[in-house]
Amino acid sequence: MSTLRPKGELKTMDEKKVNLTIDGLKVSVPAEMTIMQGAETIGIRLPRLCYHSRLSEAGACRVCVVEVEGMKNFVPSCCTKVAEGMVIRTNTTELLQARRDIIELLLDNHPEDCQTCERNGDCELQTLAQQFGIRERLYQGEKKHFLADQSSLAIVRDPNKCILCGKCVRVCSEIQAVNALSFSHRGFRTNVGPAFDLPARDSVCINCGQCTLVCPTGALTERDDTQKVWQALNDPDKIVMVQIAPAVRVTIGEPFGYPAGTDMTNQTVTALRRLGFDRVFDTQFSADLTIMEEAHELISRLNHGGKLPMFTSCSPGWIKFCEHFHPDFLENLSTCKSPQQMMGALIKTYYAQKQGLDPAAIYSVSIMPCTAKKFEAARPEMKASCFPDVDAVLTTRELARMIKQAGLKFSDLKPEEFDDPLGESTGAATIFGVTGGVLEAALRTAYEAVTGQELGKIDFEEVRGFQGIREAEIDLNGKRVRVAVTHGLANAHRLLTEIRTGQRHYHFVEIMTCPGGCLGGGGQPRPTQEVEVMAKDFYQQRASGIYAIDRKKVIRQSHKNPQIKKIYAEFLIKPLGEKSHHLLHTHYQMRSPRGLATLRPDIFNL
Amino acid sequence: MRKESETTLRFEALNKFIDQSRPLHDTQSLLMGTLHYTQELFGYIPRQAIEFISESLKVPTAHIYGMVTFYNYFSLKPRPQYQIHVCKGTACYVSGGARVLERLKQELKIEIGEVSDDGLFGLSVTRCLGCCGLAPVMQINEDVYVRVVPEKVPTIIATYRKKKLSKKMPVAVGEFEHPGKSE
Repeated sequence: MSTLRPKGELKTMDEKKVNLTIDGLKVSVPAEMTIMQGAETIGIRLPRLCYHSRLSEAGACRVCVVEVEGMKNFVPSCCTKVAEGMVIRTNTTELLQARRDIIELLLDNHPEDCQTCERNGDCELQTLAQQFGIRERLYQGEKKHFLADQSSLAIVRDPNKCILCGKCVRVCSEIQAVNALSFSHRGFRTNVGPAFDLPARDSVCINCGQCTLVCPTGALTERDDTQKVWQALNDPDKIVMVQIAPAVRVTIGEPFGYPAGTDMTNQTVTALRRLGFDRVFDTQFSADLTIMEEAHELISRLNHGGKLPMFTSCSPGWIKFCEHFHPDFLENLSTCKSPQQMMGALIKTYYAQKQGLDPAAIYSVSIMPCTAKKFEAARPEMKASCFPDVDAVLTTRELARMIKQAGLKFSDLKPEEFDDPLGESTGAATIFGVTGGVLEAALRTAYEAVTGQELGKIDFEEVRGFQGIREAEIDLNGKRVRVAVTHGLANAHRLLTEIRTGQRHYHFVEIMTCPGGCLGGGGQPRPTQEVEVMAKDFYQQRASGIYAIDRKKVIRQSHKNPQIKKIYAEFLIKPLGEKSHHLLHTHYQMRSPRGLATLRPDIFNL
Repeated sequence: MRKESETTLRFEALNKFIDQSRPLHDTQSLLMGTLHYTQELFGYIPRQAIEFISESLKVPTAHIYGMVTFYNYFSLKPRPQYQIHVCKGTACYVSGGARVLERLKQELKIEIGEVSDDGLFGLSVTRCLGCCGLAPVMQINEDVYVRVVPEKVPTIIATYRKKKLSKKMPVAVGEFEHPGKSE
């Protein structure tokens, strides 16, 4: 079970073992383990709210307390190490009462608005209250009266629902190195938020949404845009078009009970048509297009002394991170728009022209695994047709909600195909959804463009996997091209720092904001409560789903996509051409406040 | 103009302090010491100083802001030159501390936690200054006043009004906005 993985290196943990008794059972566990981890080895999952195995220990919520013989007080099992001869009890009546009291205290100043809360039914606090049989409220505590921070286009923060577990603060600092959030003030007024209590919009927040994945309650959620989309769908004057990102199709099944990694592509197409979308396109088409542009941009930079290394630009969290934290690298960013924005631009220009449609009447929606895409779509420069390239962005979670609202049952939906011509895609585009995929897809095309030879082995295994930083060297016609892949911005920050100091040298680097890439995006369904966010096995399952779709595709290289060939022949003319420059490329800007990322002592591997 | 150059001088002093202290401490204690120094230097901790310290010590602003708002000693707004602490501990309360407090409010036209318009006086309530035998007690900066009766209040205040402004009078560095609060 992935949640059992203890922190740190397993190797060192095997060196020394200690013997102890948990609930009368004699166990022998590595000395480095905490009581919570020790208990998990015999199948006891202690309740928890502030603990996450990949984040530092906080000991903030106390619901994991256990009894240790000889100790005066109950101890928090998440941050108490096991010791030789310990006698631990995890479920005495006193303990259960203590945990119950703690949960009741948390509820005392929690808003009683479960029915209208976004996390209703998937809230960790609510679940614990339910499991502990809390059926009435004995006390009315003083409530907090903060205003929810609605300033961000991507994330809503409601401090009144915050239980101060600090997981968002830790994920923002330790995994993403962004440090947008911190505890501030004291006592009852303690709050989690950006520096100077600034609204998120004016902070260094990069909208990745990892905080919304780890938040146990409804304090941090994605901005819900479903109503906006429902309205457009019911507007007779609007032609509503939708695109769906690679990583969504392997996770959209999860909220409906399908295992992670199940390919739901064609059922999702059907569901979208049933919801009322007039055209259903595939972001994978524009991912193929991104590869055409980006591979040629790389070749051009290699041949004409352009700025190197070139960084991928598909991940909008990373783009904003670069603008706040590493503005000296802005010229290294590929100028290619992300696939979402390329598709948006094409829908309102190429497709509108082809179909004789007025771009003003088109309402363009994208379904993304990502909260940062909401911010990206609203960037003022993303208006290739003079109208916003993308009008609304829904996360995977929001789409699941819409499908549930409409009462659609995946199991009863007959799989359907995407609409032509923006629905045709290759395997290279599918793997955009997993860390390493964009780089691999670019290499599949760049290799043939440079060498003029057929690529023997399509799979670049060396850039796959979940190591935090992976590197490889590719031979392109005698030229050794050094490439690297990283995911999670703490890793990216290390990589950039080491590139700057000359410790690392590359030509091409893929950077994804979220651990695991888009499959671990901040807009993805939250795993069930027994599985942690960022759990390796769980993300591996999603990745396997993506690679399986790639393998099944007949065409697995972007430049071989017949519709891509066609769009260049009849519209774009050539990669990096004038039309491309206008529609498919963009620019970046330094942003304030200037961010200060912190260097993690190690590389974070999933 | 004078205000600007004074601000510049203070930031230079802050920079010098950090440079001198850096070799002696780890980041955490250096940060704490620097914040103490900043509070003394400016009379409060301006946002610009937090940003300066953040860049200098490589600690994100969010974390420094967390520390500044946690400790009572630090203030995000200019502090009054004279902070008046009126004891409302049991002994002081029963011997008329509350009436002293009321008289101070009248005299200064401020409520507890506020600062007088001229920036000279701030009013706060404290619990026990450790000399209950001399109740009621109040303290103005380092000076302790014992057996205070309301009638004495105007005289005491007048002596501070007459005192020359010390050089440590806080200099406001820009405007400090404090958004995000509903109350």
